[in-house]
Amino acid sequence: MMADATAYVPTAEDFEFLEGRDITTDKNFASMSYWKGVAIHFLRNRRAMAGLVIVGAIVVLAIFGPILSPYGYRDIVSYVDEAGKEVVAKGISPQLGLGGDGPFADKMFLFGTDALGRDLWTRTWQGARVSLLIAFVTIFIDMIIGMSYGLISGYFGGAVDNIMQRIVEIANSIPRLVIVSVLAIFMPKGIGLVIVALLLTEWIGMSKIARAEMLRIKEQEYVLASRTLGAHSMHIIFTQILPNTIGPIITQMMFSIPTAIFTEAFLSFVGVGIMLPQCSIGSLIESGFNNITTLPYQILAPIVVLALQMLGFNFIGDGFREALAPKLEDM
Amino acid sequence: MSKYILKRIGLALLTLFLIIFMLFVLVRIMPGNPFPSERMSAEQIANKRAEMGLDDPILVQFGRYLVGLAHGDFGKGTSLYYGAPIKTVLGQCIKNSFKIGGIAILMGTAVGLLLGITAALNKGTFIDGFCTVFSILGVCVPGYVFLIFLQYFLSYKVQLFPYFFDTSRFLYSSVLPATSLSLFTMSTVARFTRNEMVEVMDSDYVHLAESKGMYGSTLVLRHILRNALIPIVTVLAPLVVDLLTGALVIEKIYGINGIGKLMVDAIAGEGVDYNYVLALGILYSALYIGIMLAVDILYGVLDPRIRVATHRGEGREG
Repeated sequence: MMADATAYVPTAEDFEFLEGRDITTDKNFASMSYWKGVAIHFLRNRRAMAGLVIVGAIVVLAIFGPILSPYGYRDIVSYVDEAGKEVVAKGISPQLGLGGDGPFADKMFLFGTDALGRDLWTRTWQGARVSLLIAFVTIFIDMIIGMSYGLISGYFGGAVDNIMQRIVEIANSIPRLVIVSVLAIFMPKGIGLVIVALLLTEWIGMSKIARAEMLRIKEQEYVLASRTLGAHSMHIIFTQILPNTIGPIITQMMFSIPTAIFTEAFLSFVGVGIMLPQCSIGSLIESGFNNITTLPYQILAPIVVLALQMLGFNFIGDGFREALAPKLEDM
Repeated sequence: MSKYILKRIGLALLTLFLIIFMLFVLVRIMPGNPFPSERMSAEQIANKRAEMGLDDPILVQFGRYLVGLAHGDFGKGTSLYYGAPIKTVLGQCIKNSFKIGGIAILMGTAVGLLLGITAALNKGTFIDGFCTVFSILGVCVPGYVFLIFLQYFLSYKVQLFPYFFDTSRFLYSSVLPATSLSLFTMSTVARFTRNEMVEVMDSDYVHLAESKGMYGSTLVLRHILRNALIPIVTVLAPLVVDLLTGALVIEKIYGINGIGKLMVDAIAGEGVDYNYVLALGILYSALYIGIMLAVDILYGVLDPRIRVATHRGEGREG
C-alpha cells in the first residue's frame, strides 16, 4: 500500500465544545464521600426512619411532657371542696377533661391518675426522661471505656492483648445479675446502683467490637506510613485509627441503649433500682402491676413507652448497620 | 478435638474458681456485721464471730468455704429463712426454676424453629410478615410484661389458670410463666432461623441440589437447616442466660419459689443476705459458664471448620 501524502490532518476547527453540557462528571455513579453514602442509605431505609421518628417523639415528650404538664410528677392532684375537705384525684381513668360529673371532670388526665392521685401523663414522661438519661449517659461512658480498651488491646497484640483479653473473658463470665447482687451489698439501692451495674457490664461488648475493628485496620498501609513517620502509638490509635472504627461502634451503641433501658426497667421492677418518690419506666410498670386489679389502665402507658423505645433504637441500629455495610442488592 | 474440649473445660474451671474467689472476698470484706448488732452485746458478737470463723485470715476462710462447697454445703443464711441451711432452701428452689426454665427453653426453641422455617419457606407471604411482627414484639416487650397481661386476663378475668404458682398442680400452673419466659427465646430463634434459612436457600449448593431434583423435607432438613442451625446455636447460649435473668421477675410476679425469687429476696429486702448472695452468685456463674462451655463444644462439633482450625493450633479466641 502506498502512503497517501495528502492524508487529511484534523485541525482545531473540526472540533467544537458541547456548550452548556457537563460531560466531565458521571451523574449516575457520581463519587461521594463515605459518610454521605451512609447517610443516604440510612435515610432511604424506611424502618430506620420510623425508628428515628419514634425515638425523636419520645425524646421530645420526655423533655417537654413534664414541663408542659400543669402538675409536678410528685404532686398529688387535689382540691378543697366547699366543706373544707380535701378531695384527691385518686384512680381516675384516662380522660380528656371535657366535662361531666365528678369534681375532676374538667381536668385532662390523658393517662389517668394513680392510686395516690398523681398524674400519670407527667409521671410517664418523667420516667421516660430518667430511663433515657441513664441509658445515654452510661452507654456513652461505656463506649469510651470499651473503645479505648479494645483499641489498645488490639493494637499492641501479643502479651498485652493476651492479658487484656483474659480479663475480658473473666468479666464476661460473670452474669450481670451476680454483679448487681454484689453491688447491692456495697451500695445503697437506687439510681447509682443501676448506673454502676451498667458501667460494669456494657463496656465489654463495645471493647470486642473495637478490638475486631483494630485487628482489621492495623495492618493497612496508612498505619505503617504513620508509624514510619515516627508517630506515637497513642496518636496512631486515637487519631489515625479511631475515626475508621466509629461506624460499627455507633451501631453497637444503638443496640446497647435498649439493653440499658431494659436493665433499668428490670432492676427497678425488682426493687433495687429507682426508689420512690423518683420514678422511671421500670418503677412505673411495677406500681402498675401492683395495682393491676384495681387500676388496670395504669400499666399501659409505661409499657407502651418502653416497647416503643426498644423498637425505635433497634430499628435505628439495624438501619445503621445496613447503611454501613450495604449489600449489593440494596445499592 | 478432645484436646480442644479439655482446654475449654480447664479454662472454664479456672474462670469459675477465680469468680468464686472474687465473690467470696468481696462479700467478706464488707464493712459491718452480718448480725443485727443492736440486739447483741459486743461480747456476743465476738463469740458469734469466733464461732463462725470470721476472725481467721481470709484465705483460711476461703479454704473452709471451698471444702464446704465440695460437699454441697453453702453455709447458712444470715437473715433469710431464719438461718436455715442454704442447701435445703436452694434444693427446692433449683428444682422449681429448672423445671419451668426447661419447659421454656424447649418450647421456645421448638416453636421458634418451626415459626422460622415456615416463614423462610413462605418468604414474602402473610406468614412471613406475621413471623417478623411476632419476633419484633417478642424482642421489644419483656417477658414479664406478657406474664402480667396473661395473668390479668387468663387468671383474673377468665380464671382459666391459677393466679399464683401452685406446686401441687405443677404442669397446670407452669403454663403461664413458662409461656411468657419462652417468648423472648422463641422470637429470637424464629428471627435468626428465618434469616439464616433465607440466606442458605439462596446459596449455590442449594440451587444445585434443587436442580438435581431434590425437594421437600430432604432438601430442607438435610441441606438447608443443617447449615442454618450453626449460627443459631451461638445465639442460644446468651438466650438461655437471659432466661435466667428473665426468670427473676417472672418468679417474683407469679410467686414461684425459685432461685430467681430467692435472689430478689436476698438483695431487695430490708437487709442484704450476704451468704445467699454468695451462694446464688456462685450458682449463677457456674450455670452461665457451663452453658457457654456447652455451646462452645457443641459449636465445634457442629461446624467442622472450627475443628480443623483448632488442629492447626489456633483456637477460637476473642
